[in-house]
Amino acid sequence: MTLADIRTRLASLEGRAYWRSLEELSDTPEFREYLHREFPAQASEFNDPAGRREFLKLMGASLALAGVSACTRQPEEKIIPYVRQPEEIIPGRPLFYATAMPLGGYAFPLLAENHMGRPTKLEGNPEHPASLGGTDLFSQTSVLTLYDPDRSRTVVGDGEVRTWGTFVNVLQAATMSRRPIKGQGLRLLTGPVTSPSLIDQIEKLLSGMPEAKWHQWDAVFGARQGGAPAALPICRFDKADVVVALDADFLGTGPGMVRYNKDFASRRRITTPETELNRLYVVEPVTTITGAKADHRLAMKARDVHGFAAALASAIGVAGLPASTAAAQVAPWLTAVAADLNKHRGRSLVVAGDTQPAAVHALARAMNEALGNVGATVTYHAPIAASPADGTASISELVADMQAGRVDVLVIFGGNPVFTAPADLNFAEALKKVTVRVHLDLYHDETAELCQWHVPEAHFLESWGDARAFDGTVSLIQPLISPLYDGRTALELLAVMNGMVESSAMDLVKDYWTRAFAGQTSTVWSLRSADGAPYASPEAFWRHALHDGFVPSTSAIAPPAAGHAAAAPARTPSSPTAAAAATAAPGAGATAGRAGGAPATPPAAAGLAAPAPAAQTGMEIIFRPDPNILDGRFANNGWLQELPKPLSKVTWDNVAYISPKTAEFFSIPIARVGNGANDVIEIRYQGRTARMPVWVLPGTADDVVVVHFGYGRRRAGRVGTGIGVDTFGLRTSKAPWFDGGAEIVRTGESYLIASTQNHFAMEGRHPVRAVDAAEYRKDPKVVAALGHEAPPKTMTLYPVFEYTGHKWGMSIDLNSCTGCGVCVAACVAENNIAVVGKDQVSRSREMHWLRVDTYFEGDPAAPAATHHQPVPCQQCETAPCEVVCPVAATVHNDEGLNDMVYNRCVGTRYCSNNCPYKVRRFNFLLYSDFHTPELMAQRNPDVTIRSRGVMEKCTYCVQRINEARIDAKTTGDPIKDGVIKTACEQACPADAIVFGNLNDPESRVVKLKQQERNYGLLEDLNTRPRTTYLAVVKNPNPEVK
Amino acid sequence: MHEHQFPPGDFRAPLPVIAPGHSFRSINEKLTSIVLTRNTPLVWFIVTGIAFTFLMGLTVAIAYLLAKGIGIWGNNIPVGWAFDIINFVWWIGIGHAGTLISAILLLFKQDWRTSINRFAEAMTLFAVACAALFPLIHTGRPWLAIYWLFPYPNAMTLWPQFRSPLIWDVFAVTTYGTVSLLFWSVGLIPDMAAFRDRAVNPKLKKLFGVLSLGWRGSARHWARYEKAYLLLAGLSTPLVLSVHTVVSFDFAVSVLPGWHATIFPPYFVAGAIYAGFAMVLTLAIPIRVMFGVQDFITMRHIENMAKITLVTGLIVTYGYMSELFFGWYSANDYELFMLKNRTWFGPYAWTYWLLLICNFLVPQMLWSKRLRRNIPLVFIVCMFVNVGMWLERFVIIVTSLHRDFVPSAWEMYYPTIWDFMTLFGTIGLFTTLMFVFVRLLPMIAIFEMYTLLPQARSKPAGEEATS
Repeated sequence: MTLADIRTRLASLEGRAYWRSLEELSDTPEFREYLHREFPAQASEFNDPAGRREFLKLMGASLALAGVSACTRQPEEKIIPYVRQPEEIIPGRPLFYATAMPLGGYAFPLLAENHMGRPTKLEGNPEHPASLGGTDLFSQTSVLTLYDPDRSRTVVGDGEVRTWGTFVNVLQAATMSRRPIKGQGLRLLTGPVTSPSLIDQIEKLLSGMPEAKWHQWDAVFGARQGGAPAALPICRFDKADVVVALDADFLGTGPGMVRYNKDFASRRRITTPETELNRLYVVEPVTTITGAKADHRLAMKARDVHGFAAALASAIGVAGLPASTAAAQVAPWLTAVAADLNKHRGRSLVVAGDTQPAAVHALARAMNEALGNVGATVTYHAPIAASPADGTASISELVADMQAGRVDVLVIFGGNPVFTAPADLNFAEALKKVTVRVHLDLYHDETAELCQWHVPEAHFLESWGDARAFDGTVSLIQPLISPLYDGRTALELLAVMNGMVESSAMDLVKDYWTRAFAGQTSTVWSLRSADGAPYASPEAFWRHALHDGFVPSTSAIAPPAAGHAAAAPARTPSSPTAAAAATAAPGAGATAGRAGGAPATPPAAAGLAAPAPAAQTGMEIIFRPDPNILDGRFANNGWLQELPKPLSKVTWDNVAYISPKTAEFFSIPIARVGNGANDVIEIRYQGRTARMPVWVLPGTADDVVVVHFGYGRRRAGRVGTGIGVDTFGLRTSKAPWFDGGAEIVRTGESYLIASTQNHFAMEGRHPVRAVDAAEYRKDPKVVAALGHEAPPKTMTLYPVFEYTGHKWGMSIDLNSCTGCGVCVAACVAENNIAVVGKDQVSRSREMHWLRVDTYFEGDPAAPAATHHQPVPCQQCETAPCEVVCPVAATVHNDEGLNDMVYNRCVGTRYCSNNCPYKVRRFNFLLYSDFHTPELMAQRNPDVTIRSRGVMEKCTYCVQRINEARIDAKTTGDPIKDGVIKTACEQACPADAIVFGNLNDPESRVVKLKQQERNYGLLEDLNTRPRTTYLAVVKNPNPEVK
Repeated sequence: MHEHQFPPGDFRAPLPVIAPGHSFRSINEKLTSIVLTRNTPLVWFIVTGIAFTFLMGLTVAIAYLLAKGIGIWGNNIPVGWAFDIINFVWWIGIGHAGTLISAILLLFKQDWRTSINRFAEAMTLFAVACAALFPLIHTGRPWLAIYWLFPYPNAMTLWPQFRSPLIWDVFAVTTYGTVSLLFWSVGLIPDMAAFRDRAVNPKLKKLFGVLSLGWRGSARHWARYEKAYLLLAGLSTPLVLSVHTVVSFDFAVSVLPGWHATIFPPYFVAGAIYAGFAMVLTLAIPIRVMFGVQDFITMRHIENMAKITLVTGLIVTYGYMSELFFGWYSANDYELFMLKNRTWFGPYAWTYWLLLICNFLVPQMLWSKRLRRNIPLVFIVCMFVNVGMWLERFVIIVTSLHRDFVPSAWEMYYPTIWDFMTLFGTIGLFTTLMFVFVRLLPMIAIFEMYTLLPQARSKPAGEEATS
């Protein structure tokens, strides 16, 4: 069809010619056909009798043939069974591998349970001094992060999915271009680092490019106010009779928390009424886990802690201090504490908190020295983290340089500085001035959004690496699974920058330790086995270290092995200048102040001369990381989100704590009846404001507002995005932890807070029985007197059942329990407990089989004590739940367990109504995630996933009992005491939970239950609980008024 | 207590149970015409329409419940039972008046029961239907409830757990439902025959013919019928006491303060009759006007029922008092706390006082004869009792559960829109069934009404003395 044809056609038409398209105009047969075929295929045939017949014939045939095709044999796809089983794998039996979790740079030693190649649960490494079998919250829940479907999966460059190879070229080009100019404009940003191989790579990079700088920032572990302490104290709480904590939450936070819990608990565990307890004094602005364990606690503003410490130091006779006296109202208290400390010279301990300035640390150290504690209950060391920067100063410097345009290439190794950096720095704006921005992290987060390049980080369970524990012990990190996504480690990125593109992470780590074995590394390590013998070869060392998960001889507090010490090469000298340099500008002291395996004591009390923190006035604002999600890094971890925060039991949100008196002053309602709306306050501080819900926490210092940060993430993932309030906007580099001059205003708004506990008074019922040590010593019956007498065991209509085999029971020592909630996290991880979300928690439908109750004792404004009580199913012998179940879905077994038969449960919930402890949990909706494929791999294959309409509860980890029973049957030996550890017992950092056989008179649990302070909860109901508690015994100083 | 014990004009003479001037024919015509010939009153359409809308709401609520689970309700831990069981107990209780009227009053030869018994029995049946819904749906998975709750021999050799009061409930309620249905349908036979004889529409004739089971009204039929009816009345009588006793065991057998009380069985039975009579009045008062049967449901009936309501209300109040007394007398911390929480400082204390107003204070008006004969007022009092009895179960179930033994587990309960939709939906179901029944079946036992006529009393003189 040409234009000419159309013209011809138009000319042949008469009158006005209208046309809609050239096709119509041309009126070709194709166009007519097209119009005709406008309707569905075969439509026209349907009107034509002959055509219709044909059509129907074809239809019928195709329908018939469609059925026939089902008979076609699919192509054969042969699957091959294990002809030879892979070594070590027995289907259905987990394998355990030693590894370690780095957090804030420090390693936490772990044993990972691996089911057919899937890590499902993490336990503490019982051999390792930092764990001794216990764990912390973050390691228990990190397995969920591994399988998090929202983790970043691919390399992203300029918003597009890129390959690793492309990225390697970009990063190498960026690094190489800086090499001739000695690395000018190249910056690295990490968190605190203890990993020797990573430090080695950084050093290598920096030595080649001396102008390049290494910055460190971590909102939780790296932020410093008033400078970093000169030396790292490593405490021995097991040796201290009197402990004074100056705003130090040593039981609740920090890399040494688990070990400190173990040591501290060992001095709270009573075997007889005569056992001597330690005594803990705590001075702090807000109740912490440590404060709740105190025998005497003084709430005071964080800014007053220095003054208190100085007054205490002069009271115990520390020389060289300006005379200072404590405020009148604390003076008698202080005098008593000083007297107690003086009475326990060499057996006492003063610890200062990480949020306190260096001056307080120096005072604490001076007191310890004056009391002769150094070397006995505490040792001081060069910091274990490399180039232990004052993170606040370090990031300030980086931002200043970025603003000034002195930074061309910035590589961010983990972390989310755009979200967490101090507000006054305006990190995000400065970042945009950097030419090449690279971000490595588990998540494509707020920082990734502003970086051209984002590389998914490998989870520690997917990666090779190493790190050092709080005491310096080196742990090797070995992967439990090959990376689920295209994850890389910081080590690999640095290797690329160093031009070692082909090196795998394992090669890099192994290479470092092979060189370390030969003494060729800049840090000289003494690598010896646990018995002090040197290893035969690097390969032997590697295998042993991987197997054990750590190298014992690298501990900073390990006594130098006699005989081998001389053979060890010279250590890095540690001079006062080196230590001082360590506190100075970061980067400068990259190699200074680190000693491989042995203690290098920095100078004594150098910081005493440090000026007292500048006086602050007005209402004090205190910043604290969220206890569960820290600075927001775990925001997408549903387990942590739903885990009730210690003391307040709030879930899924951050709140501002204020004291009851402060609340009264601002007429904020104190009482809370059930889950509901809390008042929202506006916090004004230095011209910045934030609105957040307020929570009245007894024990908070008056005129103080405690702001938790970490929430309000904008890009966290399906769980963590958009929940809570971002309070980083208030936190400045000048005062990352506390400052005066805050104001709070009631907004009149309210906000729904989901808390798992809303009643914190015991109502005179003494679910937690607490007595004083002196009282208990005088008359051990005092514990029993606090409750009602249990009815005699004959008071039943049913015949008494004789438990001839095992008879399981549990004892929970409330004196050791700190209420940290690790047991709950462990229970969630072990038993596939579903996350239900804030809405369901606010309706009181959380699924936790184990809860930790908190009760305040005495006046709410100044509680006399705070108690914690883990409450799992009490496994009553005469269980009220069993008799009321119409379908026998909950029954007693012959070992005394109160079993739950999920597939028989119809969901009447009568059992829960009749449970006096309210420990049963019901699947009101379909809570278990049956659909997300990533999460399926996480589940414990030994525990059923519960569907909706089913009641569930603590089983005493029956799967572990059964496993032990099967083993015992195979070997023919009886199950030994301690072989079965319930998940909560295993994880407990304070060893407060003991499980065992009540029919074995030698078992630990029987011995514990024989104590006078053993009692059952609600025993007067004749439930005969199998789980019993050991009463709290406080050790107050009679001289404290 | 027959009216002719008193001379005419005696003020002590009770009101007649049937208005004067009626004959067999007029009764028959009046009552059958409601079903067969007369036009349906407009108000019937309005009420049934509203009730049906609620019923549709119920089907939506149940469909959503089955799809999502009972999490759509406000139930939680510790308040595992709430509206579901409150409604169950409330409906079961309402049913009791029907059985009491038809069985116990029959055995006691209370002839005034005749004009309300059919109606009350139907109410029983429908209330049991509403009640039976809840044990089924309150698990969220009714298919399993049926599968596991009924004892049947199976390959797993598993039986229900016979120590659980819920299993007793299953038996009690199914027995009750079955006997009530039998009683009601047997009572309907002669009237079905009357309908069959009067129906013009051949289809209806056939239908009523089937329902009348070949009733011809022969003397033998009547003899058999009377025997069967009496036997069923005998069977039903213990059920009046047993069903709510068993329902009360759901609570009394547990360990929970506020539930664990020995007073519960009699207290529940009295409460059931109380609620039931209030409900009969609530229904009878408008319906008698709607269908113009004031001649048959007379002031005498309303007064009598008001009196029973008053008496059972006092028994129930005695139950409240004894709960308070025993709570105090037990000197048990948990019991004492439960009482204080229930009556004084608990967040649900207002429900307790509202309950006392509804169930104790307001019905005291019925002491006065004048007020008792004020029909709108009686209706209002009965509405108070209906609400009060529902609140009573709320107080027992929710207030006891929400704060039990361990203070850390204390929580609040807030119902959701689905809870209310289910509650009002069952009211819709009940009202729909009731109104459909009134329109389709004789709401008053016609043949029994004959016996109330003076003509029916023309018996030999000797028999009069024995009755």
